[in-house]
Amino acid sequence: MLTLDALYKGFRDPEVIKSLAKEIKLEAAKCSDKINIMEVCGGHTHTIMKYGINQLLPDNIEFIHGPGCPVCIMPKERIDHAAALASMPDTILITLGDMIRVPGSKGSLAQFRADGCDIRPIYDPLDSLKIALDNPDKTVIFFAIGFETSTPMTAVLLEQAEKQQINNLLFHINHVLVPPAIDAVMADPAAKVNAFIGPAHVSVISGAKVYRAAVESYDTPVVVSGFEPVDVMESILMITKQKSRSQSQLENQYSRAVSEQGNLAAQGLVNKYMMVRPNFRWRGLGPIPDSALMLREEYQHRDAEVVYKDKLPQQEIDDHKACQCGDILRGLSKPKDCKVFGRGCSPETPLGSCMVSSEGACNAYYRYNGVTV
Amino acid sequence: MSTNVSKTVQLSHGGGGKEMNRLIKDIFFKAFDNPILRNEEDSARLHFNGDTAFTTDSFTVAPLFFAGGDIGKLAIAGTVNDLAMMGAEPQFLSSSFIIEEGFPIDSLKTIVLSMAAELKKSGARIVCGDTKVVPRGCADGVFINTSGVGRIINNGISVKNLKHDDVIIVSRDIGRHGAAILMAREGLAVESELTSDCATLWPIVEQLIASNVEIHAMRDATRGGLSAVLNEWASASQVGITANESEIPVSQEVAGLCELYGFEPFDLANEGTFILAVPQDCAEKTLQIMQTFCHCEQAAIIGKVNDFKPGKVILNTPWGSSRFLDVPQGELLPRIC
Repeated sequence: MLTLDALYKGFRDPEVIKSLAKEIKLEAAKCSDKINIMEVCGGHTHTIMKYGINQLLPDNIEFIHGPGCPVCIMPKERIDHAAALASMPDTILITLGDMIRVPGSKGSLAQFRADGCDIRPIYDPLDSLKIALDNPDKTVIFFAIGFETSTPMTAVLLEQAEKQQINNLLFHINHVLVPPAIDAVMADPAAKVNAFIGPAHVSVISGAKVYRAAVESYDTPVVVSGFEPVDVMESILMITKQKSRSQSQLENQYSRAVSEQGNLAAQGLVNKYMMVRPNFRWRGLGPIPDSALMLREEYQHRDAEVVYKDKLPQQEIDDHKACQCGDILRGLSKPKDCKVFGRGCSPETPLGSCMVSSEGACNAYYRYNGVTV
Repeated sequence: MSTNVSKTVQLSHGGGGKEMNRLIKDIFFKAFDNPILRNEEDSARLHFNGDTAFTTDSFTVAPLFFAGGDIGKLAIAGTVNDLAMMGAEPQFLSSSFIIEEGFPIDSLKTIVLSMAAELKKSGARIVCGDTKVVPRGCADGVFINTSGVGRIINNGISVKNLKHDDVIIVSRDIGRHGAAILMAREGLAVESELTSDCATLWPIVEQLIASNVEIHAMRDATRGGLSAVLNEWASASQVGITANESEIPVSQEVAGLCELYGFEPFDLANEGTFILAVPQDCAEKTLQIMQTFCHCEQAAIIGKVNDFKPGKVILNTPWGSSRFLDVPQGELLPRIC
């Protein structure tokens, strides 16, 4: 049994955080160049803004908020897919968490639910099994989202559905991969990023090894970091130390859960059911080759994209023209540089990817810093 | 389909005939008995003298029974607390039930007895009511609406009445009801003694008023939690509020659960926790009275009213940074990773 206080105890100690802030300042003073750290994952963006970590750092350290939020990166056409599937008669669409809030071109899944579609947000993908068993006369479609962290859960669900021969459970796969997103950000010649905080949850599954290529290709430090304030501060110190010594290494701050190789059983399960998709359009960033997964051919009978191909809209839909999410995700702009931030674009009526989920950069700025600070 | 009429509520129980009469007499009248109700008139005949507070609330909680309470306790405490927060002594309540066909009679009795027990804590009486039975699938077990009226004893309490240099006091640890419901709903396998804070607040409010504490604003932090109350106050009174995170009591269970789901304890619902704004020179006296009463042992000063950023609530972290404490938005849904 899990004891709840074990989840955060010790990782929010004010004295430890203050002492790390002091050390970071001393170390950063030795650096001649500015340190532009991309926190790839929206969870880190959330931590930084929620706990005001950016306020504790010297001026020569800046955060650039990366594309790693599974909700934020979902292009409108994929949400339109979900809405089209949910609108079919005798269909139940299941998805995770705040995916239900994200607007597609014809509205969010929450709006479609209010209009009568059976759309159910769940906490655990395996809940889909019970829903499918309880509704044998309906088609249950799991709109699967998330980075490497949540992909194994979808694989486990598919394995269970196969084993138990639950034939009315289908999948719409939107699982995406972190390393190609890093490559897409760095491919821009104007990219300012010169260090990365690697997402801990992704690394628990995929292993710290997945960031070695970034360290070598871009000559930047990568530190795999936990999500608590102490974790993030310690990771920044590790990056700053590397910078002050002109090093570029892969380091693992989150060693309490991340290994070099990751969870091999989970990786095996994912590979059994899924393969790399040739192309996937990211909201804000556009198409990125080999950046997402799809079901293998032998499981096409469960692939809603194949089974209902004729019913799914094919048109690609970009964010609003005034939206600067692409530049924000590449580190070329800050949320407050965007003309529509807090005006036409807010958490209630988001125009762009960064405002849609609570882990998006614009959403975090708006929520914790407001429009005027 | 059950054929045992006595064990579950049938559509006929809402039909206005014998079955309905029996249900009302055997369950509701028995539990809520008082002379006004016993008159069985179309309306309760009441007498008011002076300013009167009037409020209504509907309760649709799932699950109906949770650690620390049930929908019945909630329906009484919720309405009584709305009156108490206006400085009004709760007097008369109405109670309307919408019951789903097939609902177990024993569960209905448990809920009604829970309501009767909670009424005793404030002395309020249910003087009128209504019962509807809807076909299976049209309601989630039981919905209850309660309305209430109360005699206003302290007239100065208002959401628009916060003054610069007032202190903000919270009566106990926050977020328990929202967290308890979440745990009951999701059946989380975690070690926890977590119970809802669901409670009637009139006894403590009565003490504060009797002790002549100058209360500028008072509100129970129900849906939207502490964040919603502080933001409503800052906006309505056009003042700034600064709260110190380290002073806000949060149980380890609630804090841990929030970590699991990506929630903030400040956003979670409470059903027996209230927030006060009092002048600084009343703060110690207020705390002393509160801390001698049950449920308020953890009462604490958590912040201050100021003229910095009117309409906004700023939360200071224990390590020297600060941020806006915004109102929660939309459904509370767990983060994805």
